[in-house]
Amino acid sequence: MPRQVLKGTAMKVGDNISTDHIIPGRFAHLRSNLPELAEHVLEDAMPGFAPWARELSLRSEGKPVLVAGKNLGLGSSREHAPLVIKMSGVGAILAESVARIFFRNAINQGLPVLLCDTGRIADGDELEINLADGTVVDSTSGVTVECSRIPPVMSAILDEGGLIPYIQRHGDFKL
Amino acid sequence: MGKTLAEKILSLKSRGDVKAGDIVVSDVDLVFVQDTTGPLTVRQFKETGCEAPARARQTILFLDHAAPSPGKELANDHDFLRRFAQETGCLVSEVGEGVCHQLVAEQFANPADVIVGADSHTVTAGGLGAFATGMGSSDIAAAMALGKTWFRVPETFRVELSGSFRWMVFAKDLMLYLIGRIGADGANYKALEFGGTSLKRTGIPERLTMANMAVEAGAKVGLFPSDKITRDFLTDHGRANRYTPLHPDAGADYERVISIALDRLEPMLSLPHTVDNVSPVTEAKGVKVQQAFIGTCTNGRLEDLAVAAGILRGKKRHPDTRLLIAPASRQVLARAIEEGHIASLVDAGATLLPPGCAACCGIHQGVPADGEVCLSTANRNFEGRMGNPAAMIYLASPATVAASAIRGEITDPREAI
Ligand code: SF4
Repeated sequence: MPRQVLKGTAMKVGDNISTDHIIPGRFAHLRSNLPELAEHVLEDAMPGFAPWARELSLRSEGKPVLVAGKNLGLGSSREHAPLVIKMSGVGAILAESVARIFFRNAINQGLPVLLCDTGRIADGDELEINLADGTVVDSTSGVTVECSRIPPVMSAILDEGGLIPYIQRHGDFKL
Repeated sequence: MGKTLAEKILSLKSRGDVKAGDIVVSDVDLVFVQDTTGPLTVRQFKETGCEAPARARQTILFLDHAAPSPGKELANDHDFLRRFAQETGCLVSEVGEGVCHQLVAEQFANPADVIVGADSHTVTAGGLGAFATGMGSSDIAAAMALGKTWFRVPETFRVELSGSFRWMVFAKDLMLYLIGRIGADGANYKALEFGGTSLKRTGIPERLTMANMAVEAGAKVGLFPSDKITRDFLTDHGRANRYTPLHPDAGADYERVISIALDRLEPMLSLPHTVDNVSPVTEAKGVKVQQAFIGTCTNGRLEDLAVAAGILRGKKRHPDTRLLIAPASRQVLARAIEEGHIASLVDAGATLLPPGCAACCGIHQGVPADGEVCLSTANRNFEGRMGNPAAMIYLASPATVAASAIRGEITDPREAI
């Protein structure tokens, strides 16, 4: 299991945050300029997300945690979506549910995604995520939230920091 | 125990006897990217350390989303992809050839193939019986490098279709109805398998539309069996020898069966800003439309343009409604010219866009203004999808869009003729 415990501050977004919210097509010309693309991450759903995430990662001891509602990342297969979320400093994602392609893409980028009842977490709460046992402790409210486990295949990919490093190391799928 | 279509194809391609829930490594028959996902994929492919794709001639780079390029950055991305193709021998589909999914259906997909593409609507090829699914760039880079990928074999929802569509009701209306019924995440991680007595009257263009929208319910694939209709399509497209019979087994295990009587359906709409926000057209009649768009991998085929031309022939678009037409491929455009549909549409006041994604994804060619309504035949209406988060996108069939373009407001196509 990778990085057993992650700490950070919750950044909440709502339900049905699509990949068009995360990085809209109007920024397609920035897809080969990732640092600039990352400045626009989630700006239609939550204006100011990128600078706020940066500030939080400087301020707290951990990395910001994106906390979403239902069906996070629905839509396009653009892996730029989880990639720019990661580039903005986010260290993990919690969601009630997550669209299939986005889930795989986030793990392939080495960004952990856990599914849980995110309604119990408030914006700005300090969180401690235990990847090994699948729990989130909200130290602001004192609540512990149970998460679903990451499937073993994906956990193996996450262990290597993503799919490309996994392939570099194993040269094949060793499932 | 019997197998679903998904279980059958993945058993074949992983050389095992697999069932829903298993993790498999499967051979891949075709790998592709498009111009907005391709550059990242190619960079990641290079990072894997592989010199060349495992099967260069089954690796395709489509230039369709930003085609022709609207600015220097995307022009440079095109250039980057062309150079990669020159270096490695993989294929480029040039600007103007059309939308990747339409070209995959016209030129490449066969029953029981496994196809992966760096675009979520890769599912479209399920209309021809291919296990086709969209993935991100890391997964596609790995599939390019290794000629295989891993899957979790999905559970299947069987969509059992009976009866025939009534006049002015189409495959698009069925899919909007279905997605409205089960929700935008209703089939997350699942396979949708279409079947039932209606299939013998369901042509490949309609099957492609239905498979295309499976992903809007979250599905991993939208699968059709193969039959005489599939064989005829492959024969017409020079691939008669690639026909394979493909059917689910009797007694296959379905997680859920959804039965739909096609004759009960009516023209449907998806309202802003999610695809599952569905209502019958009659309930949103009268909403003013500033832009009507007919095209995309969902509804930019010859049959779609024919329906629209049939409604618009001899009529004019409303003066306050712009009408944009983007054929899904060059072949569609050529046939639509031959059959006179393009002349009818242009006479009615339409603007003809080059074959490709055009206005669908907000990069160029038809970005709506703040507060404007665009009625589109595409598959997605998310906030910002067409390039402006302050615009409203409604989705409908080509018939509904054509009828609405005449009246300048959302119109039931059964009333416009
Ligand atoms: S037409 Fe639209 S939905 Fe289809 S591939 Fe192009 S951008 Fe995607």
